[in-house]
Amino acid sequence: MFYWEGMPFAPETPVIQPFKPFRLVVEALSVDRGGRRVLEDIDCELAGGDAVLVTGPNGVGKSTLLRALAGLGRPAKGSARFLADGIADPEDVGRHIHYLGHRDAVKPALTVGENLTFWQDFLGAEGGAPVDAALDAVGLADLEALPAAYLSAGQRRRLAIARLIAVRRPLWLLDEPTAALDVASEANLLRLMTGHLERGGAIVAATHLALGLAGARPLRLVAEEVV
Amino acid sequence: MSPLVALYVRELRLSVRIGGSALMGVLFYLIVVTIFPFAIGPDLNLLSRLGPAILWIGALLATLLGLDRLFEADRDDGALDLMVASGRSLELLVIVKVAAHWTATGLPLVVAAPFLSLLLAMPGDVTLATLATLLVGTPALTLLGAIGAGLTVSLRRGGLLLPILVLPFAVPVLIFGVAAANAVAFDPAAFRTPFLLIVALTLTAAAISPIATAAALRNGLD
Repeated sequence: MFYWEGMPFAPETPVIQPFKPFRLVVEALSVDRGGRRVLEDIDCELAGGDAVLVTGPNGVGKSTLLRALAGLGRPAKGSARFLADGIADPEDVGRHIHYLGHRDAVKPALTVGENLTFWQDFLGAEGGAPVDAALDAVGLADLEALPAAYLSAGQRRRLAIARLIAVRRPLWLLDEPTAALDVASEANLLRLMTGHLERGGAIVAATHLALGLAGARPLRLVAEEVV
Repeated sequence: MSPLVALYVRELRLSVRIGGSALMGVLFYLIVVTIFPFAIGPDLNLLSRLGPAILWIGALLATLLGLDRLFEADRDDGALDLMVASGRSLELLVIVKVAAHWTATGLPLVVAAPFLSLLLAMPGDVTLATLATLLVGTPALTLLGAIGAGLTVSLRRGGLLLPILVLPFAVPVLIFGVAAANAVAFDPAAFRTPFLLIVALTLTAAAISPIATAAALRNGLD
């Protein structure tokens, strides 16, 4: 039987403990790509419970900003630091973030469950939701044993989203998180994001859709004028 | 499961499932080695004398076969981004991926070599010596290939560039591998020196390759 796309989602999110207070401080971050300055002097600060929506036209550097925050590619100057009690190396932002990029990091040859279990093992299972609960929260529980090759684009996206709750990380960096999602899944993602903020987590999302996230601050990137 | 063990298991799983490179490599090896007698002719003396060289060239080519996908597959689906962003040591990650790749593609070649040596009418002691040199020499090939795979990961169609980059560096391994195996047929005492040189090459590659590959991967992320 194939009845997945319209399937109602499980009503409750798995129990995840609240996060300790933290701050992400971005100072004068500038990033070059292909010899061209894409981002110039981005300043931004957010703490637990904050959501920042990065908006702007195509090609303005939304994805580049998220990648730079995730520690992918060296910034030309400036820094992003993760400050909290007991953090030895604030420059090492990578171990506190979730990066949900354009690509879902789903291996078609592995089953849905194996995909998620691997990321949980690799990124650290401590404090995250168990695999079946995380799959349940995105409506994929019944597909756990199915090879991921058979998933639709939206289901692959949901599997990537399940990673956000299967691995406990305080800061979510979401790049066009609603791409390929249907209306019900979009609402479900919004619910997961709201839950994350309530637990004291923070979100930076790049999108050109209004996500409808209460209390989100906009960070509008403007294209530099070509001289 | 610890992160590195989980990665190792995942790599092995991927290489034995559909689209994986484990079975491909050993089948390719079988075909390459089988083709030589057709070209050379049924001269058993000649075949058995060329045997170690044929087995080594076959192993070299079969090793190169799956290497271009070592990092490319993870790059294409975004998994490499997550691995790099995770803040874990990229060098360790490379070691684990190379170890898993060798287990899945290199080790089957070593295991298949004694059976293929029958096709080449190789005597027992030479077969054993070839087996020993392949066992310690093929990890060096995979390690060297990883550097090439790291360098070509950001290129489309990098698969063709990889052998051109890697093969020249594989020459010393090939020379000493065949030399050690051939030495057994004439003078068993002469086996030791070239054999130890392959071991040294493998250890050197194991020390340099993870650092070079990780640097290449970081550079190619942009």
